Amino acid sequence: MKNQDIQLDSQGRLRHFLTIEGLKKPVLTDILDTAENFSTVGTRNVKKVPLLRGKTIANLFFEPSTRTRTTFELAAKRLSADVINMNISTSSTTKGETLLDMLRNLEAMHCDMFVVRHGSSGAAHFFAKHVAPHISIINGGDGSHAHPTQGMLDMFTIRRHKPDFTALRVAVVGDILHSRVARSQIHALNTLGVPEVRVIGPRTLIPAEPDSLGVHVYHDMKEGLKDVDVVIMLRLQRERMQGALLPSENEYYRTYGLSREKLALAKPDAIVMHPGPINRGVEIESAVADGPQSVILEQVTNGIAVRMAVMSMVLGRPGDEQEAG
Amino acid sequence: MGIHIKGGHLIDPANQVDKKSDVFIEDGKVTGIGKAPAGFKADTTIDASGKTVMPGIIDLQARFREPGLEHKATIASETRAAAASGITTLCLPPDTTPILDTPAVVELIHRKNEAAGFAEILPLGALTKGLAGDELSEMYELKQAGCVGVTNARYPVAHTLVMRRAMEYAANFELTIFLKPEDHSLTKGGCAHEGRISTRLGLPSVPEAAETMAVARLLMLVEQTGVKAHFCQLSSAKAVQMIHRAQHDGLPVSADVASHHLYLSDMDIGYFDANCHVMPPLRDQRDRDGLRAGLLNGTISAICSDHQPHELDAKLAPFCESEPGMSTLDTLLPLSLRLADEIDISTSQVIACLTQHPARILGLPIGQLGLGYQADICIYDPEAHWTVSPDTLVSQGKNSPFMNWELKGQVSHTLLAGQVVFQR
Repeated sequence: MKNQDIQLDSQGRLRHFLTIEGLKKPVLTDILDTAENFSTVGTRNVKKVPLLRGKTIANLFFEPSTRTRTTFELAAKRLSADVINMNISTSSTTKGETLLDMLRNLEAMHCDMFVVRHGSSGAAHFFAKHVAPHISIINGGDGSHAHPTQGMLDMFTIRRHKPDFTALRVAVVGDILHSRVARSQIHALNTLGVPEVRVIGPRTLIPAEPDSLGVHVYHDMKEGLKDVDVVIMLRLQRERMQGALLPSENEYYRTYGLSREKLALAKPDAIVMHPGPINRGVEIESAVADGPQSVILEQVTNGIAVRMAVMSMVLGRPGDEQEAG
Repeated sequence: MGIHIKGGHLIDPANQVDKKSDVFIEDGKVTGIGKAPAGFKADTTIDASGKTVMPGIIDLQARFREPGLEHKATIASETRAAAASGITTLCLPPDTTPILDTPAVVELIHRKNEAAGFAEILPLGALTKGLAGDELSEMYELKQAGCVGVTNARYPVAHTLVMRRAMEYAANFELTIFLKPEDHSLTKGGCAHEGRISTRLGLPSVPEAAETMAVARLLMLVEQTGVKAHFCQLSSAKAVQMIHRAQHDGLPVSADVASHHLYLSDMDIGYFDANCHVMPPLRDQRDRDGLRAGLLNGTISAICSDHQPHELDAKLAPFCESEPGMSTLDTLLPLSLRLADEIDISTSQVIACLTQHPARILGLPIGQLGLGYQADICIYDPEAHWTVSPDTLVSQGKNSPFMNWELKGQVSHTLLAGQVVFQR
């Protein structure tokens, strides 16, 4: 594969964080361990560590997002970095200003890191390929390709409840075809040694060659949930009702929504996850989302620690100054 | 005005020539092969020793971006690149701005071509007015003006009735219809082959059925209407099999393949290399092998460039948002020649796919060096190596997916109607 190493520096350390695919297990474990160290920062009186003091991080969001942007912002601030948020409507880039023009303008503001969210698969790689060498890119979600910090915060949450990845059966349920979250989770689960990763969904929402992701496919949810340790529900975009992918939310809920009855097929101590925001009664029953097996709100909390870990690892590489110079 | 091409190895598949042989040219025509005609006087002698002499290449599909998109390339820039690549004849699809659906636009292109006479452009007329897929174009007028065929390029003809009538009407004037098989409702927003790579990268995908559905529909109509049909730039192994069967059943159909589809697959997209964004998309390894097999068994009889030069900005965007198309004029000959090293095909057969066969598809007396034929000639050094780079590409479009490939075979001279239009 071309450009596989674009996110690693010459010493194999993360210089961008674009995708989980291709990263080795020690790198992922390192992110999780570092996040573990940061997880208490938010509970202190002074919720700050000085690691990235003097650094400037720009959140470039070409797609609307509140939760992801807020957790990135909080993560950066708790590391003492300065943060600017830019919500860029895609219309401004169609007015003749190319993405690259915009990139050059932002570079001129002397930022150290861009967190990029964009609706097109490959946008983060595109920025990483063209950005000035001293700037790092964190992928905050690109099209249907990857959302690696979400993937890692999900791994962090799983590890807290089920410390041994090699003993797990995990099911990811819903719209796999369009989900960047699912792709990142699947790569992370496989790299961390989970022996059985399942995807469950209707044929219209499963990509053409799921084998290439290293997963077992189930179209019957009851069969797919049998004896799993972790159930990850994906958000269903309402626009999927157009384009003849699904007939109705109601039918989707009956076939692939997580109800208490269906959850009962998983292991009794199985945890339930969801990247949010939740469509109650569409992909998940309220009683499950708010129930004892749900770790959905923990995921949000953990998101900050994991993003702190990634940012500090990418920006705080000792010896990086000489390399860049 | 006599030209003597001396000491070269002549490969002229149409005349079954594949041996060392001199070529003699007078008044733009071939007047002697092997020995000079009586009274021949050489004003110019081209030393072709160690080189291969072949008919000028006929490229069934190339875009010059003129008229309409002159910031990408022009007829002058691209016919110059063609000449530097041994290509003497190129077919221009009608999706120019304005659209090539009236004799006036054909005239405009002829005039521009005369001003930049590095290669001959053969326009393909629009099949429907404005390529809108609703009303028939004035095919007779277009033919009179010099169009060598009709096509709707990549634009859909959604109504099967319109397509059927267009075929009947084209057949009426013995116009070949050039078909780019694509079911647009299946392509819809896709930018990569539906398969392992699109699954991994989360790219909106184009299924194989986008091509095969269209081939099936069009073949049924060809059978009913009897129009001479040429399928352009096949991308899937399945489509090759379907055309093979149709040819076996006696349908008047031919097919070509773009050189990049013979070498690249969706794997080459790597991590979102926008230079590999092309339509139809690069499909998987099996498709690539199926296309090569189609070339071997004769189902596919021509190799074309499907040249689409772009300015740099067009590719500076995330994969799907970049403009599709590759700059491929410069690499057409060396990539085609390389097939003889990789599969069971002779250099002479490869050259037939670049000369004799496309001439037959067009129904024109070109693509060969028989006595009395127009002296469109390409002379290349089969042992010269060169590396693809923005500097070595003559085309104004530097969007080659073959950047840094080392290729063998470099053109030293190109003659168009007996005039040297390029020499290295």
